[in-house]
Amino acid sequence: MSVVVNEPGVAEAAEVAPGRGTFLLRTLRRRPSASLGATILGLVALAALLAPWLAPYGLHTQAGPVFGRPSWTHPLGLDDGGIDMVTLLMWGARISLVVGFAATLVSMAIGGTVGVLAGYFGGKTDTILMRITDYFLVIPDVPLMIVVAAIWGPSLFHIVIVIGILLWTGTARVLRAQVKSVRERVYVKRARALGAGHVRIVVRHVLPQVAPLLIANTVLTVAVAIFDETALSFLGLGDPSRTSLGKVIENAFQRAAISSGAWWAIVPPGALVALIILGCSLVGGALEDALNPRLAVAHLSARTFRLRPPVGRPGAS
Amino acid sequence: MRGADYVIKRTGFAVVTVLVAVTLNFALFRLAPGSAVSDLSRVPHATPELRHALKQQFGLDKPKLTQYVIYLRELAHGNLGVSFANEQPVWSNLRTALMNTLPMVLLGTLFAIVVGTLTGVIAAWRRGTPTEAATVTTALGFYSMPTHWLGLMLVIIFAGTLPTGGMTNEFLIDPSFWTHLKDLASHIVLPSLTLGLVLYGEYTLIVRSAMLETLGEDYILTARAKGLKPWTIVRRHALRNAMLPVATLVALSLGYIVAGAILIETVFSWPGIGRAVYEAVLQRDYPMLQGAFLLLTISVVFFNLVADLLYFKLDPRITE
Repeated sequence: MSVVVNEPGVAEAAEVAPGRGTFLLRTLRRRPSASLGATILGLVALAALLAPWLAPYGLHTQAGPVFGRPSWTHPLGLDDGGIDMVTLLMWGARISLVVGFAATLVSMAIGGTVGVLAGYFGGKTDTILMRITDYFLVIPDVPLMIVVAAIWGPSLFHIVIVIGILLWTGTARVLRAQVKSVRERVYVKRARALGAGHVRIVVRHVLPQVAPLLIANTVLTVAVAIFDETALSFLGLGDPSRTSLGKVIENAFQRAAISSGAWWAIVPPGALVALIILGCSLVGGALEDALNPRLAVAHLSARTFRLRPPVGRPGAS
Repeated sequence: MRGADYVIKRTGFAVVTVLVAVTLNFALFRLAPGSAVSDLSRVPHATPELRHALKQQFGLDKPKLTQYVIYLRELAHGNLGVSFANEQPVWSNLRTALMNTLPMVLLGTLFAIVVGTLTGVIAAWRRGTPTEAATVTTALGFYSMPTHWLGLMLVIIFAGTLPTGGMTNEFLIDPSFWTHLKDLASHIVLPSLTLGLVLYGEYTLIVRSAMLETLGEDYILTARAKGLKPWTIVRRHALRNAMLPVATLVALSLGYIVAGAILIETVFSWPGIGRAVYEAVLQRDYPMLQGAFLLLTISVVFFNLVADLLYFKLDPRITE
């Protein structure tokens, strides 16, 4: 009975030791669904990035008849202006991804700041910031986006800002919980005892610890942002001069692609959006699973639901 | 007393949220630059009398702070101004639209809850089998689809078999009650199905997780050791506890339902509140947009409160 029992957690700690980059790669390698998601996202991003060189036709050149059928020269057919669908999809994905990432950047900046401040300082700061977050959480995003976009007028910049300033609540909550636990760790207390200032502690000790979670959250937020852009475009609030995937769907819908029997003008753009969102969900979900041991059983475990009360309870989680 | 405390706290939060939403609504529209948005009396083609009456009612020539007080007072009386599009009071327009939206949304949500719970339970019970993989993949697939695009896909698939637009067939003259009901039922299928399908994906994933968690509990092991049949364990022991999150689930997805309703009603020309939002955006009908936004926000806050209280009733542990 004199076996030396390892302190719980020591073995795991040794396993987690490699850096963050390795962690991301390992998660992707270990989970087939995550590597599938990453592959999808990588291919779409590559096609979008290389659109100016890879696209078979010009974005504004009429390459064939209006609503031309799919053929060898145009594998996905032509749209209502006789523009090649493959070309359109590549350029559309480019705009959609830009909007998705830019809006996510805005939302990460706000959500990250709110979450870190609330979690790190606690007390009154925490209460006030989380109250504000709770109100934002309950007010339905999409109608508010519609209202703001309708008042400001359609432009890519406005859409990015509108989506960004409404998506940050989830990030703020998740980060706050994580920062709260990191703040109590011994090395943070030691750093404080050694006289490190708030900025130094946050930047050097807290942020590196919450960074993987922030990345997982970023990937999931990109999916929501792209969905929202597609929805706003469909309601006629997209930038008329920029062809996003949402705009392609809206265009096909407005120009009666369905009643003309031109399914190829409307099926591929939506399928591509679904594929991007699926890729983001797979990667983000896997990262979240890997990061949160409490979720080890499954994604979005019941425990989080039981402990975290219904939406918007102040000071919870 | 703890329970009463909880109820009061939640209700208080809901009331404050509504006040925040009401204020936000005022700030967004009335403080917006440009009188096209902020001036409720600029109803196109209106008689000077109507414009004058609106100016008087809402005190549009007074300072903004006074306007805010007047706005609150008029709001309490259900006065949201006049629609730019049809010169009817906004509130009466919205009431009709809301009555059309409710059955469509309820039917879709019900479908999602039933199918989502069923597939979620199957996925959890068949963990690690191809059945689980297939169920989860399908759910994730539907979850990823843009709502309006899924609606359009259903239009392509069912065009010819089911009506794809509107709420009733306008060419049915003076139909009997049953014909009317049948007509209505055939029109509601596709919009409700679209909403049901996009929601069900999310529900499946969450119910599956909840079930997996519950299946790992000690009392399930006990039930198994007692030699109970698998189905009895699922039904009597696991599902009851796993169903707790469903109340929360509906609350969590309310925002999603509202967004879905706007997109779906646009696709299917369903004359509900979502369609009203779309038309208000198209025609720059700001009073309607303002009213619809307020109504949607208040509904979401209200149903959130209902879910909170329901959850408390189901699981009193949460106040601890």
